[in-house]
Amino acid sequence: MTVKDIISILDADLISGEDLDREIHTACGSDMMSDVLAFVKDQSVLLTGLVNPQVVRTADMMDMVCIVFVRGKEPGEDIIELAQERNIVLIKTGYRMFTACGLLYENGLRGGCQKK
Amino acid sequence: MSDVIALHFDVDGEDFTRAGEASYGVKRTLKQLGINPEAVRKVAIALFEGEINMVIHADGGVIDIEIDNNQIKMILKDKGPGIPDIEKAMQEGFSTASDDVRSLGFGAGMGLPNMKKYTDSMEIQTELGVGTTVTMVVNL
Repeated sequence: MTVKDIISILDADLISGEDLDREIHTACGSDMMSDVLAFVKDQSVLLTGLVNPQVVRTADMMDMVCIVFVRGKEPGEDIIELAQERNIVLIKTGYRMFTACGLLYENGLRGGCQKK
Repeated sequence: MSDVIALHFDVDGEDFTRAGEASYGVKRTLKQLGINPEAVRKVAIALFEGEINMVIHADGGVIDIEIDNNQIKMILKDKGPGIPDIEKAMQEGFSTASDDVRSLGFGAGMGLPNMKKYTDSMEIQTELGVGTTVTMVVNL
């Protein structure tokens, strides 16, 4: 699955970022950044309802490729600038967290970690 | 690389939304040095959690990084309130962070457990009312 596929599946809007052909292997949906940091995955997308610069910093520390803001949330200019600097694609979808995660799962994307 | 490379950062305790800049700087430097990506990620995550803790609990502090052929050592030093009960602080889910911090996605009580999980060794020296020093090592 690529970033482009995710935009199509989630009927999402691109906020910033250019490289939409990057391959996504796993996903993580959370509003708790420390939970995101607890599981290392490879080439992931982060789905979140949280909108602040720490979301981008967290994704960057995890080498994540793309952030999806759910429920149509709009990041501010500071967040967009930070994401551009860190080469992370930002998109937003009108779907809520559960539905957005479900749609990606249905299309073959997985969490990439074992049950604890 | 034969010499020890040392990095130093002052962490500003004023602005939580800027916490993480030091970790970003370290991550970028490690990548430029050609350190293996797995080690870079471990250092980045452990340091980021530590830096966030410094800002949340201790009004900032200083971070020193030493990189040699065998390991990356991270020393995080603050003049905060100290940790009354380290064992409790190490428990997943235990947190003393404010609601403000929680609303920003942190304070889930996973910071110290994550730091331990991603490093090969972690040592905490703390004194109430004086401060805390956390020393973490990631082997290369």
